[in-house]
Amino acid sequence: MMDAGRHPRIKVLVSSEVIDVSGAVGNFHVKVRRRARYVQQDLCNSCAECTKVCPVIIPDEYQMGLASRKAIYIPFPQAVPSAYLINPEDCLGNNPIACGKCLEVCEQKCIDFDMRDEILEVDVGAMIVATGMEAYDPTEITEYGYSRYDNVITSMEFERLICAGGPSAGHFVRPSDGERPRRIGFIQCVGSRSSRYGSPYCSNICCMNTVKDTLLLADHYPDTDAKVFYMDIRAFGKGFEDLYLRSRSSGVRYIRGIPGEIEEDPQTKNLRVRVENTLAGELEQHELDMVVLSVGVRPRLDSNTVQRLLTLSRTSDGFFLEAHPKLKPVDAPTRGIFLAGCCESPKDVKDSVTQAGAAASHVQVLLSAGRIRIDAGTPLLEEADCIRCGRCAAVCPFHAIHWQRGGVPEIIEAACSGCGCCAAECPVDALTMRHSTDEQLKAQIDAILDEHPEDKLLTFACNWCSYAGGDTAGTARLQFPVHGRLVRTMCSARVSEDLILYAFEKGAPLVLVSGCHFADCHYINANRQTVTRVERAWDRLEKLGIRPERLHLEWISAAEGQKFAEVMRVLDEPRAQVTAEEIAHTRKVLAEERKRREGRKEKMRAAARKKREAAADARAESSAGAAASVAGPAKS
Amino acid sequence: MENNFPRTGVFICDCGLNIAGTVDTAAVTEYAQSLPGVVCVVHNKYTCADPGQNEIRKAIGEHKLERVVVASCTPRMHELTFRACVAQAGLNPYLMEMANLREHCSWVHAGDPAGATQKAKDLVRSAVARAHELQPQIEPEVDVTQAALVIGGGIAGIQAALDIADGGMQVYLVEKEPSIGGLMAQLDKTYPTMDCSI
Repeated sequence: MMDAGRHPRIKVLVSSEVIDVSGAVGNFHVKVRRRARYVQQDLCNSCAECTKVCPVIIPDEYQMGLASRKAIYIPFPQAVPSAYLINPEDCLGNNPIACGKCLEVCEQKCIDFDMRDEILEVDVGAMIVATGMEAYDPTEITEYGYSRYDNVITSMEFERLICAGGPSAGHFVRPSDGERPRRIGFIQCVGSRSSRYGSPYCSNICCMNTVKDTLLLADHYPDTDAKVFYMDIRAFGKGFEDLYLRSRSSGVRYIRGIPGEIEEDPQTKNLRVRVENTLAGELEQHELDMVVLSVGVRPRLDSNTVQRLLTLSRTSDGFFLEAHPKLKPVDAPTRGIFLAGCCESPKDVKDSVTQAGAAASHVQVLLSAGRIRIDAGTPLLEEADCIRCGRCAAVCPFHAIHWQRGGVPEIIEAACSGCGCCAAECPVDALTMRHSTDEQLKAQIDAILDEHPEDKLLTFACNWCSYAGGDTAGTARLQFPVHGRLVRTMCSARVSEDLILYAFEKGAPLVLVSGCHFADCHYINANRQTVTRVERAWDRLEKLGIRPERLHLEWISAAEGQKFAEVMRVLDEPRAQVTAEEIAHTRKVLAEERKRREGRKEKMRAAARKKREAAADARAESSAGAAASVAGPAKS
Repeated sequence: MENNFPRTGVFICDCGLNIAGTVDTAAVTEYAQSLPGVVCVVHNKYTCADPGQNEIRKAIGEHKLERVVVASCTPRMHELTFRACVAQAGLNPYLMEMANLREHCSWVHAGDPAGATQKAKDLVRSAVARAHELQPQIEPEVDVTQAALVIGGGIAGIQAALDIADGGMQVYLVEKEPSIGGLMAQLDKTYPTMDCSI
């Protein structure tokens, strides 16, 4: 912590949150909001005079609410930066007339109630997400009485109570009476490996944390009678089995069975725990002075915000998805973004440090390259065909197309991420996505539907989510009918109404357009346009007498292999129900419709051309007139 | 007829038994030979391995290939591998196309080998058709800003920031709370060394 705080090349921005990210790998532009701390960080010398006079007393988050702090405070003695701050919600003196006691005693004159939040903008080439996790709150497990019984605490509260810097200065006491508990029970898997409470996965760290806690107790208070109620003890890491055996040999009793209930004696505040000892095959009752709930780990509740800002994905357990579980365990699916620590999965300090080192080295590799190549996926504009309508600029999620009324749109390649939303929106096909042209996509559709089109479920799948969801289904060996045929686009917004109609014209019984969930879209919000396009296509199909139910739209994330398989299974029945007659009718209707649409496009292009020519003529005429009027007086 | 199409090479991968365990790759190989523009089809056990990649490079030279189709796993896994491979043989990397016979076919249709084989043929045909339409592309190059952002100042964020900064780069370490340290700073001791967390 201290090293990071004083490193000349690390700028620590605390009380800060990322609020906006733009750009792409190599050149991200990030906006950070730094909340006002009302104490000038550089001037404050942590003398603590302000805290002494502050009249506001509130629970101390750092001490898990087991102690109190003031409205002006330092989070903990070793905090980095080592400076006080004021919580504006708690402080009386935001209007200094109301209180302002701290202002009077501060010799450094570093308290400043006029401080405001700041927006900082930074340019970086790469980013690491290390947003961590949250401990499970066991209040919902009413059988254990957490928050109802004083002496039922969580493993996080245990940490504070045993710590020399804790609320009881390291004297391990129980909350009800401040006495030292002699009989202590630990309950494992609280909020982990459960279909009822918390999460179904193993939280990884709680077994060893409890082993550690029992050893701390054995060290500080050898006469403690500690019992651990467990399902399995997972001591799989280097040196872990040794610790576990040390704990057992120190006299800690490990009882295989998870208690169903805790009861409190209202007089003594002692706790009675009933448990089925599954090794002995007996029901047991244990009288304890204190119970520690060994709580699991869950994704941070604010993960959604980070996910949205950085277009990350999450696995079904809620942790951030890596690009590949074996080969790219620290890469996010978006290039230039890496994952470290518990935001990716529950892990202990050693694994967090290891993963952080791996992520840092990936960043180094990227930054030290100096120059990198990016995918050639940008659009090309055929200026002669462009009708200067500006719709491409209006739908571009990256503002990579600049357009002024009546002008030719200007494509800023560096800002473009290649979603293809603009090309799909262009009403006259004047934009071509390099490496995802209409011709390429149509050639694929033709080839797929060339033989037995009635057997094919033609699926447009976006690269980042739906196509990847199909990959996840494959990796998990989920089984489903063979009829799906995927056409990969970078974003579902690349799929134009024309392409959908083309697939039906070529004989597709069913067409599925699939993309990322809204929050997951790798092109900010381009998939909102997907909805508009599919809705337009539904309308068009209905008007042409083609059942719109044959066009489907599904959101499938990269993690949702199950959903991908399910969609493939569910859509197989409506696909099989489309008859040969219906397909033949659709082909005929849409072939005519295509001619009409092509004709309309050509008319639009011609009209725009004509208008431009007329305007050019008018300009030429007026400049000729101007030249004549200039020439006139010269002659005379 | 063939002269109208770019000269295309198709490389069918068994991926050990991952693909060949379900899909009749010999039949797919034979089928690929009948596709327009295809002048060479190579059937490999592991196309991504060095011998497999050598075959691709060799065939590009021998058959003057203008397009390459690799029918193996998901392009999300090996698209960059095979792009680099064809580039080494002098072909523009964007003239390589993949057909996903593993994640999207053999692995998900293990119970239907005949259906999977038919689908594999379709996927190869579709990839060859797309390959014919591909155009060479030049990848734009961009300068990399010599700085990194780390979001989260817990143990992982701190360690990552230190490593990058020690390597000589500027780091911005953004933490929501008023101090860095994260949850680890609240722990008394940490296992397996039983030492102080701060």
